[in-house]
Amino acid sequence: MNWTSFDTWIVVIGALCAMACALPGCFLVLRKMSMMGDAISHAVLPGLAIAFLITGTRASVPMFFGAAIAGVLTALFTQWISRFGNVDRGAAMGIVFTTLFAIGLIMIRQAADNVDLDPGCVLYGAIELTPLDTVGSTGIPRAALVNGGVLLANLVIILVLFKEFKLGAFDSALADTLGFSSQFLHYLLMTMVAVTTVAAFESVGSIIVIAMLIVPPATALLLTRKLPAMLLIATVTAALSALLGHLGAIIVPPWFGFQTTTTSGMIALAAGVLFTLAWLFSPIEGILVKRWHRNHSEPEEVPEPGGA
Amino acid sequence: MPPFQDILEVILLQNYNTRLVVLSTTMLGIAAGLIGSFLLLRKRSLMGDALSHATLPGVAIAFAVMVSLGGTGKSLPGLLLGATLSGVAGILTMLLIRNTTRLRDDVAMGFVLSVFFGVGVASLQMVQSLPGASAAGLESFIYGKTASMVQSDFLLIAIVAGVASLISLALLKEFLLLCFDDAYASAQGWPTLALDILLLGLVTAVTVIGLQSVGLILVIAFLITPATAARFWTQRLLPMLLLSAVIGGISGWLGASISALTPNLPAGAVIVLVAATLFLISMLFAPERGVFPRIFRHARLRKKVDRQHFLRAAYEVLESTADGEKVANVPFDLSRLLDKRTWTPHQLKQILRTARREDHIESTGPGKILLSEPGFGEAARVTRNHRLWETYLINYADIAPSHVDRDADLVEHILGAELVHELEKYLDDPHLSPPVPPSPHPLADA
Repeated sequence: MNWTSFDTWIVVIGALCAMACALPGCFLVLRKMSMMGDAISHAVLPGLAIAFLITGTRASVPMFFGAAIAGVLTALFTQWISRFGNVDRGAAMGIVFTTLFAIGLIMIRQAADNVDLDPGCVLYGAIELTPLDTVGSTGIPRAALVNGGVLLANLVIILVLFKEFKLGAFDSALADTLGFSSQFLHYLLMTMVAVTTVAAFESVGSIIVIAMLIVPPATALLLTRKLPAMLLIATVTAALSALLGHLGAIIVPPWFGFQTTTTSGMIALAAGVLFTLAWLFSPIEGILVKRWHRNHSEPEEVPEPGGA
Repeated sequence: MPPFQDILEVILLQNYNTRLVVLSTTMLGIAAGLIGSFLLLRKRSLMGDALSHATLPGVAIAFAVMVSLGGTGKSLPGLLLGATLSGVAGILTMLLIRNTTRLRDDVAMGFVLSVFFGVGVASLQMVQSLPGASAAGLESFIYGKTASMVQSDFLLIAIVAGVASLISLALLKEFLLLCFDDAYASAQGWPTLALDILLLGLVTAVTVIGLQSVGLILVIAFLITPATAARFWTQRLLPMLLLSAVIGGISGWLGASISALTPNLPAGAVIVLVAATLFLISMLFAPERGVFPRIFRHARLRKKVDRQHFLRAAYEVLESTADGEKVANVPFDLSRLLDKRTWTPHQLKQILRTARREDHIESTGPGKILLSEPGFGEAARVTRNHRLWETYLINYADIAPSHVDRDADLVEHILGAELVHELEKYLDDPHLSPPVPPSPHPLADA
């Protein structure tokens, strides 16, 4: 294996991005909104199209804002439809993101037909290319700074509002009673998710984001029942997935006689493997552990049927 | 704007070029509308989303297998089979997660979506090096475009959509039970797991054919939007299912027609927007559960309650003025009304405006009001009815007397005339019944 500083950067960027996603992801999973990342990944399209139509360039700053606004709107519309229409949140999310995506698609087809604005390549970066795009003469990739900054912001927000988020995740009625607006917390969380996902799409691609919002938190939920431990385990699992994923991308293809594969896909797969391990061996939830306990526990005293 | 003749031709399916597209999207809309209803009731609307992503590894692997067997790899039935198998694997993984852990449906769906999609992207990248898999080819080959539909595509859609619709109608009762109370269903001996797998199998079938013919985003929308729109119109399952199928069908038909008539409008996107428009109309205006009818009903109820509160408060003021004598209709201070009720000045103003419009009061000097002749009669009637109601609750229903006022406020005017007559006897003879507490009265000690 030929490990270079290039590979190190890919792992570092992947890990930063994965951790940045896993933190808000824990709250999404607890609030039964796991599919939000995927919804946002489709729904940002009109934001991109409008940003492009207004500025006329594919510069990343306006694109980022367009996408982030579209992401926040997705959360907002989902919330409105599910509240005012008494609609299941998953269904509301589905309606919002398919509609926004369709609007974006039509805008691009109509207005930017002869311009190169391919939804597949504008926003959705590739992690393999991130180390090439460095900031100034420091040699630090821009993606590392972006994702590191997002991670830091998420960490600070969650640490400062930890008590409020915890209450909001488990008992929003109580949070309201105690005077923390659960509405405000919800919108804050949604803004965090939107900004995190968009920042990450732009640098490393959407697959990592969608997977990291769900899979590490789900893994952590199988391993613990305490929120601080869950956040910690999810973050560690996310970073580990990035490392294992990139290793896998180098090691696995030759087994099947292929040349290369994408790191982002393999990171998602690595997270899936870690989840499966937790699923089998978790001390509190693992299938095998539960079975072992059933077979090795003291047989209970069962009264003889029909005996007097 | 295309000429009217063209519009008619496309809408009425007389145009050969668009007939297949319009027919297929309509049939797909009907089937997805039916099946999507079950998904909505089971709170799994995003299943189509998860499934459509989960088909990707199957496509890549099927391609690799076909190439290694010596074929070209780009055979549609083979790729579709791969997609279906990988979709089914995704469903089984989802059910396994759901049934063996405490993770819920949304997490299970998200897990399947992201991990399967990741595997798909990774394996697709690997097979790119195989001969025949040109860089962009494979993905767009399977995730097709509506406009390029041919006869065989149409037949495939027609058969799959038809069979899926028939199965879901034939097993209506079983699916209904599964959706509303699966624990009860399994306790009754129904094979709930098998039913669940069958239902998700139908979703897979519709998703795979839809993906191939009309694209990812449309399939997801078709499985969610019509069902959610139909839910606003009715509380009953069968009408909801049929309405959902109709909305799906109309979306497919109208959307594909509009797209065919306008250059540069992708059919999938237009269909999604037509469905979304129908959803929005349903959400805002459906009489059963729509937003505006609900607001309207709520406002009307509040007005009615306010009116009765006002009349009763006015009568009680007059009663206390009369001081045991026969109650007479005389002008009184507005401020005395406020002693009876916790109205803000603004609320009071609105209530008075309504009362004036209904000729219940006559305008007098500032700060004073006088009930009109009909208003006075109505006030006496409302107050009497209220007290009868309280007497009823105290004597016939086991409710603590101190709680009666609240209940009475909500359900006045419900008892029949016969019972009211009975109660009047109690009210006229104080010895027969325990005393009715004066209104408003303090709540009982907890």
